[in-house]
Amino acid sequence: MDAILLQVLNGLDKGSAYALIALGLTLIFGTLGVVNFAHGALFMIGAFCAVTLNKIFSISSEKVNPDKTDFLGNPLVEKTPYLESWFGDTGIAIMDWSVPLAILFSIPIMMFIGYVMERGLIRHFYKRPHADQILVTFGLAIVLQEIVKAFYGANPIQTPSPAAFVGTLDIGVYIGFAENAITYPYWRLVYFAFACAVIFAVFAFLRFTTFGMVVRAGMADRETVGLLGIDIDKKFTIMFAIAAVVAGVAGVMYTPINSPNYHMGMDFLVLSFVVVVVGGMGSLPGAVLAGFLLGVLESFASMNVVKQFFESIFIPSIDQIVIYLVAVIVLLVRPRGLMGRKGVMEE
Amino acid sequence: MNSTTLSDRALLLFFIFLVLAGPAILAPFGGSYPDLLQKFAIFGVFAIGFNILFGLTGYLSFGHAAFLGAGSYAAVWMFKLLSYNVLPALILSVIVAGLFSVVIGYISLRRSGIYFSILTLAFAQMMFNVAYSVATPITNGETGLQIYNDDPQWLQGADSPLTTNLFGLKMNEVFWRPEFLGFEAQFNVGYYFCAFFLILAFYISMRISRSPFGMMLRAVKTNQTRLSFTGVSTRPYMLAAFVISGMYAGLAGGLWACMDPLAGAERMQWTASGEVVLMTILGGAGTLLGPVLGAGFIKYFEAIFSKINDQVLHSWFAFMPDGLENVMVAIVHPFVGKGWHLTLGLLFMLIVIFLPGGLIGGITSLGRWITGRGRKDQG
Repeated sequence: MDAILLQVLNGLDKGSAYALIALGLTLIFGTLGVVNFAHGALFMIGAFCAVTLNKIFSISSEKVNPDKTDFLGNPLVEKTPYLESWFGDTGIAIMDWSVPLAILFSIPIMMFIGYVMERGLIRHFYKRPHADQILVTFGLAIVLQEIVKAFYGANPIQTPSPAAFVGTLDIGVYIGFAENAITYPYWRLVYFAFACAVIFAVFAFLRFTTFGMVVRAGMADRETVGLLGIDIDKKFTIMFAIAAVVAGVAGVMYTPINSPNYHMGMDFLVLSFVVVVVGGMGSLPGAVLAGFLLGVLESFASMNVVKQFFESIFIPSIDQIVIYLVAVIVLLVRPRGLMGRKGVMEE
Repeated sequence: MNSTTLSDRALLLFFIFLVLAGPAILAPFGGSYPDLLQKFAIFGVFAIGFNILFGLTGYLSFGHAAFLGAGSYAAVWMFKLLSYNVLPALILSVIVAGLFSVVIGYISLRRSGIYFSILTLAFAQMMFNVAYSVATPITNGETGLQIYNDDPQWLQGADSPLTTNLFGLKMNEVFWRPEFLGFEAQFNVGYYFCAFFLILAFYISMRISRSPFGMMLRAVKTNQTRLSFTGVSTRPYMLAAFVISGMYAGLAGGLWACMDPLAGAERMQWTASGEVVLMTILGGAGTLLGPVLGAGFIKYFEAIFSKINDQVLHSWFAFMPDGLENVMVAIVHPFVGKGWHLTLGLLFMLIVIFLPGGLIGGITSLGRWITGRGRKDQG
């Protein structure tokens, strides 16, 4: 029992990332009808916003200390970050909290990137076939990825979470299991809570604001909304920017879990597409549900018991392929996806 | 109808000439060495096959590299088990790729449009993951599949060569190195072996494109719904196209393994699938010559661009004042050498945005523009 619970928890953080990216993909697809292959790149750019802020915060003054020597015998160069020398303890705290602070830093950047992408590139592709949309965003993803690689190199860059969230929480004790039966890193809990908050915010925004109402109306019938005298294109551009922000902040918060590298976006994108397809193209709740579901399934499949069981029926290493297998089965049994609506993308 | 076959024959002859004279034509451009020439032919086959699916039916597969990888693995296994003879290797690689494409095509073709692209992408990634980690006994995982001394090689004769060969004819042998205007051209057995299959592939694709079957595929691209209303079931046609193009990919993978007898999982990654898509659209999807042209273009510039380093750049801009020279080098630097992929991505976007018909489409519309103007002048 405790093992099962642990796997559910383990799946939640990856599931959160899938759900957030899939949510953005579905938002873009539902509003603009465009398949955005560059969405993974947006996730990656978000992660590198965190890296950048971390680097900015740790810009240091260098002072040669003649009393001490380093291991080569040269005078030791002492580095003090400017933040520390200017603000003292507050500065140290700011540096420590660089990842959460990077959310604030990334929102305007992602909004800007999203806006430019939509106005500058994707707008011209509404009337072109889907294949062209896929190709151009795919090219854009390569370009963004290579630019990041040129600046930050190909190696993963470690970005620590705030010291307060380092370590693990012994969840099992609270719900009646033995000590150390179910332990879980604090930051992953934070990530899960954060993802839930973002998802909730997006849904609330669409449900309870006038803007959201107009956007939902536009998703249902773009032409009529336009005929009512509403500039639906402008609203959809903003939705694109919001989707970019969702992907971006998902990337920011993910950095302490996995050190970001330039191709992390594509790794997530492929899986997020599968998530979208399983959830049902164009269905926001479907994307979220499928994201968490597949994340948890993936972590279940990595359990030794499950692996051995599948090996005994000649399906080795199920954890590597489970998501794709589920996708294939779902599409064969229920081609519309779990919560797909009728008439969406069925031509 | 007669004139079409006539112009087709002319095109075929022109193509055969281009391919056969390849080493001589490319010598002045620094492209006449076996490795690059073989890549031209191999990726030409790959792109022609991809074009049968994408160009004719409009179904964008994002997982075609999986079949290429499968073909490579199959070929290397034949080398390991039988002998260094390339024929059984090629036959098996086509069969294996065909089998995979039947299964994947049968499932993926249940959906169209974006769903189809994503499904093929998912399948390719699944095969990549499996090849990379799970199926290590078959694929040798990260290291890649190679031939070792203790491999059985049951049919390997005592005196037959220890490299890939066609009944004793070594693939890596350069049989003629003439000089053209001070440039060396290398005529290589392996290239002509690939060239034979390239011409064959081109001929078959031409026949398919002109056949009623090809007409049906084009009808799918134009309006699948209408086709179903007229009572035609498109599924078998689509599956046939998918399997044919998968077998082409397998043939390309097999040829690649014949030229260089090792196979790695990275050949199946989504980047490789993206590359063949780019080749096809760069040359012009749906045209006969386009995909080969695109493949050659990309492989050539890949070879040239990735060789340029800062030293070369400095020598290029040496005529400028020093400060300007350094600025120019700094500007160009991210696009060449290891940054070749950046150029590739930009090229990809530019082609899709400005030249949806690819190179061939561009040339045709340029020609039409010129002749159209000429006609206006006469009138």
